[in-house]
Amino acid sequence: MSSKTLFEKVWEQHIVAEPKGEPTLLYIDLQLVHEVTSPQAFEGLRLAGRKVRRPDRTIATVDHNIPTTIEGRLNIVDQIAATQIATLRKNCAEFDIELYDVNSREQGIVHVIGPELGITKPGMTIVCGDSHTSTHGAFGALAFGIGTSEVEHVLATQTLPQSNPQTFRISVEGALPRGVTAKDTILAIIGTIGTDGATGCVIEYAGSAIRSLSMEGRMTICNMSIEAGARAGMIAPDETTFSYLKGRRFSPKGTDWDRAVEEWRKLPTDPGAKFDRELVIDAAALVPYVSWGTSPGMVAPVTSAVPDPAGAASEQERKGFERALEYMNLKAGTPLAEIAIDRVFIGSCTNGRIEDLRAAARIAAGHKVSSHVSAMVVPGSQTVKSQAEKEGLDRIFKEAGFDWREPGCSMCLGMNPDILSPGERCASTSNRNFEGRQGRGGRTHLVSPEMAAAAAIAGHFVDIRNWEVREEVTA
Amino acid sequence: MEPFKTITSLVAPLDRTNVDTDQIIPKQFLKRIERTGYGDFLFFDWRQTPEGKPIPEFVLNDPRYKNARILVAGKNFGCGSSREHAAWALSDFGFRCVIAPTFADIFFSNAGKNGIVLVRLSEEQVDRLLGNAQKVPNYQVTVSLEQQEVTDGQGFEASFEIDPFRKFCLLEGLDDIGLTLRHAAALDAYETEHDHAIWLKAK
Repeated sequence: MSSKTLFEKVWEQHIVAEPKGEPTLLYIDLQLVHEVTSPQAFEGLRLAGRKVRRPDRTIATVDHNIPTTIEGRLNIVDQIAATQIATLRKNCAEFDIELYDVNSREQGIVHVIGPELGITKPGMTIVCGDSHTSTHGAFGALAFGIGTSEVEHVLATQTLPQSNPQTFRISVEGALPRGVTAKDTILAIIGTIGTDGATGCVIEYAGSAIRSLSMEGRMTICNMSIEAGARAGMIAPDETTFSYLKGRRFSPKGTDWDRAVEEWRKLPTDPGAKFDRELVIDAAALVPYVSWGTSPGMVAPVTSAVPDPAGAASEQERKGFERALEYMNLKAGTPLAEIAIDRVFIGSCTNGRIEDLRAAARIAAGHKVSSHVSAMVVPGSQTVKSQAEKEGLDRIFKEAGFDWREPGCSMCLGMNPDILSPGERCASTSNRNFEGRQGRGGRTHLVSPEMAAAAAIAGHFVDIRNWEVREEVTA
Repeated sequence: MEPFKTITSLVAPLDRTNVDTDQIIPKQFLKRIERTGYGDFLFFDWRQTPEGKPIPEFVLNDPRYKNARILVAGKNFGCGSSREHAAWALSDFGFRCVIAPTFADIFFSNAGKNGIVLVRLSEEQVDRLLGNAQKVPNYQVTVSLEQQEVTDGQGFEASFEIDPFRKFCLLEGLDDIGLTLRHAAALDAYETEHDHAIWLKAK
């Protein structure tokens, strides 16, 4: 038997048909649905008189435009947003889909709750009308974002026609230095290969630095695969994966569990399997990063300065750099650590999980948020929120002056009331620093949760490796 | 979906790389539950000031490019969010074709589902088109999907690659779900067997 990659194994197990001259018809094990990219898909089903083929392979939640204050949730002022949420409710009832609604104790960002509930599993094919679906690849699933027409296609047929992607292995070898996180690792990767560096590819992240990451860290890495243009990112399941999944609500139980683990153990890439592309990154050389521009590839070490467009590789890149610096109101040569910030956002499907909040709380404990900074923490889900409260993290954040919110996508994309005002500068643990992403005219710098917490307290970016931890936080 | 054979049209030059879908259609317009009516919001933040005044320098506000149905842009067009609203907005505004060196994957797929032809040309060819569209008055090109070529009748000729099946669907304006349901028997058989894999069950 020939050696196969993790991706190839998952792909081959999901082939329904391979019509000659056409894309492969792939079976989809799970579709996650949210309020923003689904209404037109359900409407399409109704117009064509079609049903949802597998409600048991579909779950829904509200995350993108839900307010993050209790009062805001009880009475959604934005009537268009309220209608969209009501429409999801109606569609889920009509098509018999389980909905983790706003009052559910398990509501949250779709990419946080899937793994938490044990719905996400190794070897699955998973889709969602959201580009950060790549998050679930951390479990060894093939998970990718799709558009609304494809959402409708999967609802109707539980399949998707897909052309075969290329495979790209990125091995991060060695130990990550202290203060360097999964977020820094993926920012470094995107900075190295570019925002279109993995277009048409499924990335497999491998190497000892990846293996030693927790599931939360692995999810952060896979989450931002799309920011390098990749269709998906995957990490082979191992003991870390199994111990995360064991005992979760929808994880297999008893002998089914043993049987499942036996199957999942077959998934990792075989020795000698060939990838279309390979890249090796030295973990020891990584540092904490800050994005300085309007594309996630525009990142630099926190110890460095805003780059000079004159050093760009091409004329097109130079124009892009200049435009980014103008939008960000930054001058080439300014040390990143001197950039003052107005806002801090800790949360999102990239960094809104319990481990992220623990890491940020450890930095914040015993300190105070700078007087000119407004900082908020938005847990990724109700489960994360209640766990954090059990551990007293909410108290640490509140005492330091952070705003403690209800779960949702929040200021990652600013579809709800959490937005930047024009000109405001934000240290954000989210995934995109596009123009206007967090509010028109707002300026986003992508960082790790630790770096965001430290920036909130200092009022500007700081090298987390020199941070004074005042109180150790124990879970 | 409207079939696409050949179009001849004015060309709107958008000389920017990494045009992300947040720019194509900003988030505040994603709250709607309709599939149509997004054209007015296309490139909203680039087209008008926060006070709602048109920004004259922006290409889509330039009267020279009014009614252009072909957009030319820099590499990695359509990166970022999976929002199909980006394709809906381009289509609703009147664009049937975008020419760029590269496109992001999800946008590529979404465009195809909405009858928008995405043409990949080399950076040099795209630069020439951008330059011509900026300098030559009333600059028009013809995009033939059947012939897989872009011409301007003034010496510019470029052929492009496209997946044969995607080409067929665009030429015919075919609905994907209908195509998939040709495999209904294979799907039923696969699914019955696949459901035994308890390790791949959602719940």
